[in-house]
Amino acid sequence: MEVFIQQLINGITLGSIYGLIAIGYTMVFGIIGMVNFAHGDVFMVSAFVALIAFLFVTAWLGIASITVALLIVLIVAMLFTSLVNWVIERLAYRPLRGSFRLAPLISAIGMSIFLSNFVQVTQGPRNKAIPPIVRGEIILMDHNNYAVALSYKQLIIWGVTAVLLAAFWYLVAKTRLGRAQRACEQDQKMAALVGVNVDRTISMTFVIAAALAAVAGTMYLMYYGVVSFSDGFVPGVKAFTAAVLGGIGSLPGAVIGGLLIGLIETFWSAYFTIDYKDVAAFSVLAITLIFLPQGLFGRPDVEKV
Amino acid sequence: MDKPASSTGVDFVHAAKEACVTAAITFAVLLPLIGFETVSNIDNKLVLHMRWGLLFSIVAIVGVGRLLMALVIAPWLAQRRMRPVAPATSSWLSAVGRWFGPFAVGFAIVYPILVLSTSGFSGALKWVDNFGIQILIYVMLGWGLNIVVGLAGLLDLGYVAFYAVGAYSYALLAKEFGFSFWILLPLAGILSSFWGILLGFPVLRLRGDYLAIVTLAFGEIIRLVLVNFVDLTNGYAGISSIPRPSFFGIPFNADDNGFAAVFGLPFTPVYRTIFLYYLILALCFLTAFVTVRLRRLPVGRAWEALREDEIACRSLGINTTNTKLTAFSIGAMFGGFAGSFFAARQGFISPESFTFLESATVLSIVVLGGMGSQIGVAVAAIFFIGGTEIMRDLDFLKQIFGSSFDPTQYRMLLFGFGMVIIMVFRPRGLVSTRSPSIFLKERKTISSDLVNEGHG
Repeated sequence: MEVFIQQLINGITLGSIYGLIAIGYTMVFGIIGMVNFAHGDVFMVSAFVALIAFLFVTAWLGIASITVALLIVLIVAMLFTSLVNWVIERLAYRPLRGSFRLAPLISAIGMSIFLSNFVQVTQGPRNKAIPPIVRGEIILMDHNNYAVALSYKQLIIWGVTAVLLAAFWYLVAKTRLGRAQRACEQDQKMAALVGVNVDRTISMTFVIAAALAAVAGTMYLMYYGVVSFSDGFVPGVKAFTAAVLGGIGSLPGAVIGGLLIGLIETFWSAYFTIDYKDVAAFSVLAITLIFLPQGLFGRPDVEKV
Repeated sequence: MDKPASSTGVDFVHAAKEACVTAAITFAVLLPLIGFETVSNIDNKLVLHMRWGLLFSIVAIVGVGRLLMALVIAPWLAQRRMRPVAPATSSWLSAVGRWFGPFAVGFAIVYPILVLSTSGFSGALKWVDNFGIQILIYVMLGWGLNIVVGLAGLLDLGYVAFYAVGAYSYALLAKEFGFSFWILLPLAGILSSFWGILLGFPVLRLRGDYLAIVTLAFGEIIRLVLVNFVDLTNGYAGISSIPRPSFFGIPFNADDNGFAAVFGLPFTPVYRTIFLYYLILALCFLTAFVTVRLRRLPVGRAWEALREDEIACRSLGINTTNTKLTAFSIGAMFGGFAGSFFAARQGFISPESFTFLESATVLSIVVLGGMGSQIGVAVAAIFFIGGTEIMRDLDFLKQIFGSSFDPTQYRMLLFGFGMVIIMVFRPRGLVSTRSPSIFLKERKTISSDLVNEGHG
C-alpha cells in the first residue's frame, strides 16, 4: 500500500511533465494536422535555457531566494523557448504550408536532429548536473519503516502545472486568440474569410506550445537536476504517446493522457522491471493506435472522398 | 514570404530595417545557447563562460546576409523570374537524365579498379570501404524503403527494425550454428519479412501519420529489446567476431588456403573489401531489378494505385490490407538483406547501430531523393552519406578554426540542417519528375506534384 501511494505520487509528478509537453503536440496537430517531431527537442532546449538561466541568476546576479530565482528562471525559459519555436515555425514549417503532407514531417525530423546536435556542439556532449535546488519533503505516512514522502519539488511541480493549465484553459476557452485557434482548427479557409489572421494564429499556437514545453523543461531540470542534449527524444515520444492516448486534438485528453503515461511508467518500473519501462510506454502507443485510434477523448476520424 | 522588389529600385531603408530586425531576433535566439557556455570547473560544479565574440560574429553574419539578400539577391531573383525560360535546357536535362543511369551503373562497377589504380592499396581500403560500401548500404536501404514509402505510400519510421533483425539473425545464427553467409543471407531476408508481416498486420489499416508513429514505436521496441535481452543479444556490449563471408568457400585470410594464396596473389585486406563492395553492389542491383519488375506486375500496379487513392482501390476490389502487407514485407526483406550484409562486413554489431536516427536517415534519403525515383534515392544517398563521410577528414578546417575544431561534431548538425533546407526549397525531392508506370499511347514525364503520396 505504501509503495502504491509513493508510486502514485511519483507517477503524477512525471505525468504532469508529460502532460505539459503533450499539449504542444496536440495543439499543433489540431491546428495544422502535423506531427511536430521537433517538439521533444524544443523541450530539451528549454531545459538547457533554464539551466543557463539558473546558473546566471544564482552565480552572476547572486539572488539567494529560491522562490525568486525559480520564478525568474521559469519566465526566462518560457520567453526564450517561445521565441525559438516561433523562429522554427517561421523558417522550417511555414514555407511548407500547402505542400504535400510528408514535407513538414520530414522538415520537423530534420529540425529535431538539428536542435539536439546544435545543443551538443554548443554546450558539449556531457550530462549537465546542478546541485538540488529545492530540498525537503513532507512525510505523509510512516509504516513498517517505509515512509511515503511528498517532496517540495513534487508539490511545486503539481502547483505550477495546475496554475498554468488553468491559465492556458482560460486562454483557449475565453480569449479572442483561443477563439481564433478553435476556428482555424475547424476550417482554415473559412476562418480566414471571416477575418482571422491564420498565419499569426498558427504562430501563436507554436509559441504557446513552446511556453508550456518550457515549463515542463524547467520542472524537469528542477526535479532531476541533470539534463543532456539527448534528453529530447524519449520524453518527446512519450508525450506524443500521451497525446495520442488522450485523443490527438483534444486538450483535456492530452493532460489526462500525460498523467496516465506517467502512472503506467512508474508503476511498471516499480512492480515489473525498470529495464523495459520505455518498452511499456511505446507498447501503449502501439496498442492505443491499433485498438483505439481516436484515443480516449478524440473525435473518430471520418474518411471522406 | 518575400515580396518581389518594386520596379522603382531597391528600398534601402526598408532593407536596413529588416536586417536589423533579423539580427536582433538572431541575437535573442542564440543568446542563451551560444552566448553562454556551461563548463564544469575544478570542483565539478557547472559555471558559465561567456562567448560574446562568437555570438556577435554570428549575429553580424546573419544581419549582413539579410541585408545582401534584400538589396542584391532578391532583385536579381525577381529579374530572373521575369525572363522567359529558355526551352533548350529541358531537352539538355532530359538527355542527361537518359544517360545518367547507365553511366552511374558503369561507374559503380569500375569504381574499385579506378580507386586501386589511382591511390594504391592503402588508399583504396579507405575509399572503397568508407565511401563505396557505406554509400551502397544506404542506397540499398533507400531502395528497400522506397518500395514501402515511394511505391505503396506507407510512411515507415521504423525501417531500421528490419535492418536490425537481419543483422542479428545473421550474427546469431552464424556464431551459434556456424552456417555460412550464403545460407544466412536469404534466411535473414525471410526472417525480416516475417517480422514485417507480424508488425504490419495489426497496424496497416492506420492513416499515414499514425502509421509512421506506430512503426517508430515498433522500431524503438525492437531496439530496446536488443538492449535489454542480454542473454540472447549481449545487450549494449553487442556481438563481436561475427564470421566474415567467404569467396564461395575460400576465406579471405593469410592462410595457405586463403583467397590470396589460392589465386597466387600477395596477401592484403583490400581483396575482402573489394569483394564486399561487389557483393553489396550486386545486392543493390537485385533490389533495383526486383523493384522495376514488381512495378510491372499486378501487385506493383496495386501499390501505386493504393498510394494514389485508397478508397478507389477498395471500391475496385483490391484487398488493401494484403497489398500493403506485401509492400511492407518485401521492403522489410531488403532491409534484412542489407542488415545481414552489414553484420558480415562489420564483424561486430550492437544496438547502437540501429537507433531511430538510422531510420530517419534512410527515410530522408528516400524523401529527399524524390519518392519513388530510384536514381533520386541513389543521388540522395551519395549526397548525404558521402557528404557526412567527407566531413570526417576535413583537416584543413582545423587550420582555419584552430586545432580544437573537430569537423565530425558538425556532421549531424549539417545533416539535420540539410534536411530542412532541401524540404523548404525542393519539397518534392532532388529528382522531382516521374515516368509513369502505365500510360496511354505515349510515355510522358510528369511532375511529381501530380503524384499523390499515401493516405494509406
